[in-house]
Amino acid sequence: MATYRKWYTPYVSPLDPCPPLVPVSYETPVQLYLGFQPTGMKQFSPFEALAHGTLWPGLFTPYTNPYASKKRRHDNDG
Amino acid sequence: MWYYEKKLQYPVRVGVCNPRMAKFLIEQYGGADGELAAALRYLNQRYTIPSRVMGLLNDIGTEEFAHLEMIATMVYKLTKDATPEQLKEAGLGDHYVDHGKSIYYHNAAGQKFDMCIQSKGDPIADLYEDIAAEEKARSTYQWIINISDDPLIKDSLGFLREREIVHSQRFREAVELLKEEQQKKKVF
Ligand SMILES: [Fe+2]
Repeated sequence: MATYRKWYTPYVSPLDPCPPLVPVSYETPVQLYLGFQPTGMKQFSPFEALAHGTLWPGLFTPYTNPYASKKRRHDNDG
Repeated sequence: MWYYEKKLQYPVRVGVCNPRMAKFLIEQYGGADGELAAALRYLNQRYTIPSRVMGLLNDIGTEEFAHLEMIATMVYKLTKDATPEQLKEAGLGDHYVDHGKSIYYHNAAGQKFDMCIQSKGDPIADLYEDIAAEEKARSTYQWIINISDDPLIKDSLGFLREREIVHSQRFREAVELLKEEQQKKKVF
């Protein structure tokens, strides 16, 4: 199954002015993978659908702040 | 024609009195990738798109107005009780001088909404632009979520972001429909 967030680590120069904030993330939500929606996919109940913003669990790709899980590297620990 | 339903598509609640958020949210109101631009673009493009996907542009364009209304509600809630001094502190001093407490179609940087809306009359070009527009709106919501400290606003923004995902999915399907060979027998 596809992952909906990818990470990469750009080059960090020893001369950079700020401590590196890596890795860098970007979102790759479900619509990049689904193709034409297959028939017969599971549905949320109407109330759940409203809460999720979609009728289809298979289209639900929630988002969280990726900075929450990032730590600034202050030294050359790798 | 349209019927108006006197409620929001999804409830909008604002828990933290932070008028600065209004300055960020306005990007989705009058910004280039905002809800107004999306609504106007889709409703305009629908005339020159093949009829099998015309209804999709109609539906999504209409829904974007419902999103516009949610953003307006957030901005209004965040600014209606702010003093001019608080608005100034929130970076909304220019806005206040020009528009008072009124909401206005401009972006987070204060640039007035301009008709930076494309419509090429080429179905594939238009749909690819629409897919890009949905992905751009999705990322704007992500960036606003990242700088928000209000779980209630984040909840509403999460809803709006998910709608962009669904819209992008539907536009991608529209492209597939238009690519289909016309003589081909459909097998389900
Ligand atoms: Fe949208």
